[in-house]
Amino acid sequence: MDWGTVFSDTLRAMFGETAIVFALAAIGLNIHFGFTGLLNFGQAVFMAAGAYGLALFAAIPFTAPGGGDQAAWGGQPFWVSVLIGVIGFPVLLAIVLGVPTLRLRADYLAIVTIATAEIFRLLARSPSFDAVTGSSDGLTQFARPFYSGISCTPSQGDCWFNPEERYLGLFTGNQMWLVIVGWIVVALVAFAVWVLMRSPWGRVLQAIREDEDAARSLGKNAYSYKMQALIVGGVIGAIGGMLRAIGTQLANPDQFITDVTFFAWVAVILGGVARVFGPILGSMIFWAVLAFSDSFLRQSVKRTVSGEELGFIPESIMTTNQAGLVRFILVGAMLAALAAFRPQGILGDKDEMALDDR
Amino acid sequence: MSLKSRPNGRVVVIAVLGLAVIAALFFSAPDLASAQDDPNIAAQGTLKANRIDVPNVEILVEAVDGSFTGSVVTGEDGSWSLLLPEIGDYRATINADTLPPGVSVKEADGGMREFSVSGLRPQPVLIGLDGAIEGAASGTSSRANDIEALQLAVDGIKLGLILGMMSIGLSLIFGTTGLVNFAHGELVTLGAMMAFWFNRTGIFGNTYHLVISAIAGVIILAGVGGLFDAVVWAPLRRRGSSLISMMVVSIGLSMMIRFGAQFQFGLTSRSYRDYAIQKAIDFGPFALVPKDLWIIGISLTILIGVGLLLQRTRIGKAMRAVSDNRDLAESSGIDVERVIRIVWISGAALAGLGGILNGVTEAIAWDTGFRFLLLVFAATTLGGLGTAYGALVGSLVVGLLIQLSTLVIPADLKNLGALFVMIFILLIRPQGLLGRAERVG
Repeated sequence: MDWGTVFSDTLRAMFGETAIVFALAAIGLNIHFGFTGLLNFGQAVFMAAGAYGLALFAAIPFTAPGGGDQAAWGGQPFWVSVLIGVIGFPVLLAIVLGVPTLRLRADYLAIVTIATAEIFRLLARSPSFDAVTGSSDGLTQFARPFYSGISCTPSQGDCWFNPEERYLGLFTGNQMWLVIVGWIVVALVAFAVWVLMRSPWGRVLQAIREDEDAARSLGKNAYSYKMQALIVGGVIGAIGGMLRAIGTQLANPDQFITDVTFFAWVAVILGGVARVFGPILGSMIFWAVLAFSDSFLRQSVKRTVSGEELGFIPESIMTTNQAGLVRFILVGAMLAALAAFRPQGILGDKDEMALDDR
Repeated sequence: MSLKSRPNGRVVVIAVLGLAVIAALFFSAPDLASAQDDPNIAAQGTLKANRIDVPNVEILVEAVDGSFTGSVVTGEDGSWSLLLPEIGDYRATINADTLPPGVSVKEADGGMREFSVSGLRPQPVLIGLDGAIEGAASGTSSRANDIEALQLAVDGIKLGLILGMMSIGLSLIFGTTGLVNFAHGELVTLGAMMAFWFNRTGIFGNTYHLVISAIAGVIILAGVGGLFDAVVWAPLRRRGSSLISMMVVSIGLSMMIRFGAQFQFGLTSRSYRDYAIQKAIDFGPFALVPKDLWIIGISLTILIGVGLLLQRTRIGKAMRAVSDNRDLAESSGIDVERVIRIVWISGAALAGLGGILNGVTEAIAWDTGFRFLLLVFAATTLGGLGTAYGALVGSLVVGLLIQLSTLVIPADLKNLGALFVMIFILLIRPQGLLGRAERVG
C-alpha cells in the first residue's frame, strides 16, 4: 500500500478543480434549495450553460477532416464568451425554466428541472447539431486565452507557472493557476452570498422558504423573488461549469449528466443546508472521500505491476475497473443515509430547512 | 380488511434473510459480465442500409483463432458494440436470418468483415448492407409513410405497454405515500438483471429457460419492493421524515443500485439466451417478430388483470382509497401501512416484469432503468400522478408519441417529445389527464 499516493490523491481532490467546480454548483443549489426551498434537480444544465456559453463562442472554428464546418459559432473574443457563459446563458435559462415552473409544487419543479437537464443532454449529443456543438465529442480549443501568458514552458516566454512542473507536489502549472483562480472565485462568491443572505432580500427568500403564504401576505412578490433566487443560483452554478470546461479544456454533454446534479446535492446536504460555508465544506469532504476510497481500493486490488504482485483483494471480489465503481455506490449510500438521518448536514440547522414539499 | 396494524415481524425477518441470501449469491456469482471489461478492447459499429439504421440484427463476432465467439444485437439506432476478451484478430458476421425484409448483405463481402482489435480504442467495424428497410423513411411516397406510421404505432403501443407496467407502481406509490420514487428505474434494471442471472449466468451451475427466469425475477423483485418498504420507507414514515428528505433518499438508493449493477454487470449491453433471434411475421402493413406479439399479449393481460384487481378486489379498492385520501381511508378502517406494503410489493414486481419484457426486445444494460425513469415520470405526470389508470393512459400516449415522433425528428431525439409533453402538461394541467384538480402553490 502506497499511502503517499493515497494521501496526495485525496488532497488533490479536496483542493483541486473538481472540488471548486462542485463547491460553486453546490453554493448555487444552496441558494435554490437551502435558502429559498426550490427543488432544483437540474443544476447540471446550469453548469452546462456556463461551459457551453464559453465553448460555443470561444472555440476556434475549423473544418472537419471529412469536410464540413465545426464549432460554427466560434471565434468570438474570450471575454465576450465568458460573459455569455456566466450571465447570458444562465439568466436566459433561469427565466425560460422559471417563468412557467416556479408556480408549480416542489416535486413537480424537481421533475421539470431534471427533464430540462436531460433535454439539454439529448440536444447537445444529437448529430443534427454537430456543426455547432460537436455532438458527443463536444468542443475543444476555447480555453487557451485563460492560460496564455500565465502558464507556459520557459522556452515559450516568461510565465508565472510551468505546465511541466508540479506545484505543492499535486498540481501542474495549468492546474495550479486554475486552482488559485477557482478558490478566489469561491471565496468571492461565498462572501457575496453571506452579504446577500443578511440583506433584506435574503431574508425574504428565507421567509418564502419557511412560509410562502405568509411572505405573500406581507406584500412580497414570492414569484419574483423565487425567480431572482433561481437566476442567482444558476449563475453561480454556471461559473462552476465554466471552470470545469476550462480545467478539462473540453465541453461535452457527458460532463453534465444527471449524476452531476446529484453530486452537487450530496455536497449541499453533506456540508449543511442554508449555511454559507456548508456547500464548500461539503464539496471538499465529498471529493476527499471519493478520491480516498477510489485510490485506496485501486491500490488494494490484487494486480501485477512489472512482475511484482501488489494488493490483497482478490480479483474474484473486484477488479481495478470495479474498484472505480465502489466510490459511486458509496456516494449513493452517503446521500441516502444523510437525507434519512441528518438532512440538515454537518453545519446545518434543522429549523432552517425546507421540509414541506408544497 | 385486515386490522393488523403492523406487518408480521416474522414474515419480514424471513424476507430479509431470503433476500440477503439472494444478494450474497448474486454478488458471489461470477461477474455477470466478464471480469476484464476494458472498454477499449471492443468492437463497435452502426449497421446501415442506404443510410437508414438497421435495428435488431444479430452480429456474430468470433476470434479468427476460434478462441472466442460472441454475438450482439443492433439497437434501435442500428448501433452495436461488443466487449472482447483480448487484443487480436476477429471476424464479424451478420446473421442474415435476422435482417429485416428488403435488406440483404452486400454480395462483395457476404456480410462478413475481418478486423483487428488494438486495445487503444474500440475498433469501428463497418459491414455493408444492400437494399432498404421496407417502408423506411427513404421512400417519399405517402403510402410508404403511412405504412411506416403504422409500424411505428405498433412499436409505440408495445413501448407504451412496457412503460405502463413500470408506471403503475410509481404512480400508486406516489398516490399512497406522496413519495416521488427516483429509484423506480432501478427496480426495472434489477428485474431485467435477476432474469439475466438465472437465464445466462446461471445459479448453482444451472441456467434456466427465460420463462422460468422471468418468473423468478418477478418474485425476487416483489420481495425487493416489500423489503424496501419494510427496511427503508416504513421507518422513515414512522420517524416523520419530510417528503423532500425521502425523495433524496430515493436518489441515493438509485445511485447505489445503479452503480452496483454496473459493478456486477459491466458496461456492455446483453440480451437473454432465449428468443434472441426471431424471424419477423409479415402482417402486410407492418411486421412483428413473435416475441413482440408475446410482449404485447403478456403486458395487456397483466395490465387488464391489474385493472380488475384495482376495480374489483378489496385490496384494490383499498389501494385506490388510500391513494385518494389517506386520512379518510385510515379512519374508515383501512390498514394504510399494509396497503402501502402491498403497493410496494406489486409495484416493484410490475416494474421488474417491465424490465424483463423490455430486455427481451432490447438488450439489458446497467442503466436501462435509469434511462426509462424520465419516460416513466412523463407517463405518470401526463396521466395524473397518483392515479393508476392515468399512468396507463399516459404510458400509451408517451409510447406512441416517442415512436411516431421519429417520422419528423431524428431518432436520437425521439425522447424529446415525451419530455416536452410532460413539461407542457405540468404547466397547463398539473393534475394530469385523469387527475383531480387540487390547489398547487
